[in-house]
Amino acid sequence: MLKFLLEKEFKQILRDSFLPRMIFVFPVVMMLLLPNAANMEVKDINVCIVDNDHSPSSERLIQKIGASPYFHITSTAPSYRQGMENIENETADVIVEIPVFFDKSLEKESAAKVFIASNAVNGTKGGLGSSYLSAVVADFSSEIRAERIQVVDHHSSPAITTATTYAFNQSLNFKRFMVPAIMVQLLTILCGFLPALNIVSEKEKGTIEQLNVTPIKKSTFILAKLIPFWTIGFIVLSICFLLGRYIYGIYPEGSLLTLYFFAGIFLLAISGMGLLISNSSSTLQQAMFVMFFFLVILILMSGLFTPVSSMPQWAQYITIFNPLKYFIEVMRMVYLKGSTIKDLTTQLYALLSFMIVLNGWAVMSYRKNS
Amino acid sequence: MKIVIQTDGLTKQFGNFTAVDNISFKVQKGEIFGFLGANGAGKTTAMRMLCGLSLPTSGKGMVAGYDIEQEPEKVKRSIGYMSQKFSLYEDLKVWENIRLFAGIYGMKSKDIALKTDALLKQLGFESERDSYVKSLPLGWKQKLAFSVAIFHEPKIVFLDEPTGGVDPATRRQFWELIYEAADRGITVFVTTHYMDEAEYCDRVSIMVDGRIDALDTPKSLKNQFNANNMDEVFHQLARKAQRSDN
Amino acid sequence: MNLYQQFIRGSQFWAFVKKEFRHIMRDNRTVLILLGMPIVEIILFGFAITTEVNNSKLAILDPSNDKATLHIVREMEASKYFNVVKIIHSTSEIATVFNRGEVDMVIIFGNDFNEKLNHTGGAQIQLVADATNPNVAVTLNNYASSIILQYQMELMMQQKVPYQIKPEIKLLYNPSMKSSFNFVPGVMGMILMLICAMMTSISIVREKETGTMEVLLVSPMKPLNIIIAKAVPYLVLSFVNLVTILLLSVFVLHVPVAGSIFSLTLVSIIFILVSLCLGLLISTISDTQVAAMLISGMALMMPVMLLSGMMFPVENMPKPLQVISHLIPAKWYIMAVKKIMIEGLPLKYALKEIGVLCLMAVVLIGISLKKFKIRLE
Repeated sequence: MLKFLLEKEFKQILRDSFLPRMIFVFPVVMMLLLPNAANMEVKDINVCIVDNDHSPSSERLIQKIGASPYFHITSTAPSYRQGMENIENETADVIVEIPVFFDKSLEKESAAKVFIASNAVNGTKGGLGSSYLSAVVADFSSEIRAERIQVVDHHSSPAITTATTYAFNQSLNFKRFMVPAIMVQLLTILCGFLPALNIVSEKEKGTIEQLNVTPIKKSTFILAKLIPFWTIGFIVLSICFLLGRYIYGIYPEGSLLTLYFFAGIFLLAISGMGLLISNSSSTLQQAMFVMFFFLVILILMSGLFTPVSSMPQWAQYITIFNPLKYFIEVMRMVYLKGSTIKDLTTQLYALLSFMIVLNGWAVMSYRKNS
Repeated sequence: MKIVIQTDGLTKQFGNFTAVDNISFKVQKGEIFGFLGANGAGKTTAMRMLCGLSLPTSGKGMVAGYDIEQEPEKVKRSIGYMSQKFSLYEDLKVWENIRLFAGIYGMKSKDIALKTDALLKQLGFESERDSYVKSLPLGWKQKLAFSVAIFHEPKIVFLDEPTGGVDPATRRQFWELIYEAADRGITVFVTTHYMDEAEYCDRVSIMVDGRIDALDTPKSLKNQFNANNMDEVFHQLARKAQRSDN
Repeated sequence: MNLYQQFIRGSQFWAFVKKEFRHIMRDNRTVLILLGMPIVEIILFGFAITTEVNNSKLAILDPSNDKATLHIVREMEASKYFNVVKIIHSTSEIATVFNRGEVDMVIIFGNDFNEKLNHTGGAQIQLVADATNPNVAVTLNNYASSIILQYQMELMMQQKVPYQIKPEIKLLYNPSMKSSFNFVPGVMGMILMLICAMMTSISIVREKETGTMEVLLVSPMKPLNIIIAKAVPYLVLSFVNLVTILLLSVFVLHVPVAGSIFSLTLVSIIFILVSLCLGLLISTISDTQVAAMLISGMALMMPVMLLSGMMFPVENMPKPLQVISHLIPAKWYIMAVKKIMIEGLPLKYALKEIGVLCLMAVVLIGISLKKFKIRLE
């Protein structure tokens, strides 16, 4: 019985004027666009310098700031107040003000101050910008110290050398982090929306009546709806793998097989959710909005753009019920760390539970009579 | 004679509205049973309950020996159904629609192929085998829908306004198909509001406001109401109707 | 046209608006989502979605286990950025804890740390960050380094080390670095776009699909009035949403409206107008609800989320994307809202944004009216 239903579903999808094109065009466009747009690296911070000292030391500090890869000195202003105007009209992100007698107090009192004011409307940028600047200033002061105290004496200054290793992503390539997760987003949108619109459109056309009056089993019906989207998901995922490899040079450290295995489970879960929504909606418009509503929440709370661990506790409890979170973790861990199924047992059980619950629910929510 | 449909006080309410009000009747095997009534009289709702698409609020119904409330899936195995709204897949070809529904009823691919060829030949449809259903004229679509509904040789076929919107010649052809099915022993349960079609039925029931007001052969009904044709019978009964769509 | 005729036209118009309203209100689920969406999004963006890095999981490998290392570990634990979740005893464990995703950073102290720090020199700390998310890794590295630096400074102060420069940092507009300051204008842009453009286009296309548009077009109402009447309910809805968002952000998120409400409303009205025109435009080019939905989803929502600067800074993007981002109305709206609402600047600082939005409105009204007329002829 399933064979005949599958034949029907595949033929309908292939004959649609919109869907087959969508299945190819959508991942390509999104894979080209998203990783380039989704970039939260903080660099190219525009600095406005207010130098009230005009001394050799202050000029050296300014030079040092300008030499840092993070900063562009875009303007200088005679006073802090005028510097603020540069912030207001957005030509500068940070003001660095060097007070008068900077050089003298450094020499005489061995202590000087620098004022840093950064625009923190974007909290990350403001915070990181000012902490990068502090690091430059600290660096500068130890340089001065090294020069002016001729004898380097360990006893006089307790020093800790800190070395940092960036594991899994030495070059700090943000795309390596985003691309695998963007694949998950693509799969979710396609394999969530299409099933959500599918059953309800059979309702609107009336063809579902003709199926409801046959002795077709509910589970067979749902399975026949699931398998085509499952297949589409695998095609889309393979396209994404290829694009990731050849456009961004990003390939998994771990095994592709692991990824396909988890994708198989995830796709069933998310399509099951789509079918569930489709079953409980009476019009296409309603199905679209309900799905849209849930997808926005699921995507925002998946850790795709912002880390789950930074969320407050109550929000982290909610993410326990977000299948996207687990699959994004899997993708990132396999892609960047080469994790194996053994490392991913939590995610495996979670995704399996979603698959079973959502599809079981979808079968039950399909009502052949009213 | 064997009874294949039997209802006892079958009722369906939607909130305060009683769509089908306590109807009881029997249909015998091989009969062509006409189910008449004005729009909104409750014909479609009653038929949907008999097909297991809608659960009765109260009362009992047996179709092909199975209880419609307890064993709707067993009922569905023994019946065919053609809904008021044309509901074959428009984006599938003629043979694909036949294959789909025959397959759902558990027929083997090979048997389906053989029977499809025979059917298309009988209908004179061979040239349309590979046409998309959406490109067929309405009359042909309806003939196809009927053929699909009886393709798996059900005990009973339910037809909901099967000839709506087509010309008299096509309706005549359609009724020939119905007679052929009845000759093969398939019980036909048909709703219609064309009174000339009522004359073709073995027995007819007339529904008014959710109740069955009359049930007999067309001949006895005409005698009973002292009328020349079924149209007059119907109008005498319909005059009492409280509710109507139009 | 005499006054009587005008009166008739007027009452016809309002009857039609009422019909539209009833139509929207009948579908409870959609109404719930339309009104609930801004609330949920503000709460999510205000509390749950944050680019701040807090409560990172830290593992410690400490062979010295002396006064100095314990002090540093205690400082780490005390900061809101780190939670020490694991003590490991050999470098071979590092790979395992990272692969399982159990920790975000490992701190490895050198041998005889305190001894070296205070006497012989060469006290070493190695920070190993899980850089799958480079931003988080860099931020964590900054936090950890500054805690270590702080400790070092304390020691220096005690020992009076010369040539220190102390940076004094002031974070403007958003001293606690809350990401909601950045997100609230973004959510406003997104919701207004969603309600106005997406809903309007879908509801007009639905009339086309069901054939009722034909009926309306043969009625004595002017086609333009029909379209305006269809837009009015969504205009009202988007105002309700705007007010909801502002109230929530002030009273729940404590994001202040630093500038003038009047300027904010003015900018919002212009943006709503632009969105409605976009919706109208989409409705003229799509024939089915699904197509309208997908076009507005792909062509409007995605770019608003990605290219408007709401989540990702536009200046980091490759040039072609920056050029595209100039074409996105929400970007200009969000920039204007940031200036007026968050930074509290007077309207004249947002003149450029307002100008661009006005230009967009004029162009879009022109195009969609032309398209609409062509369809009629």
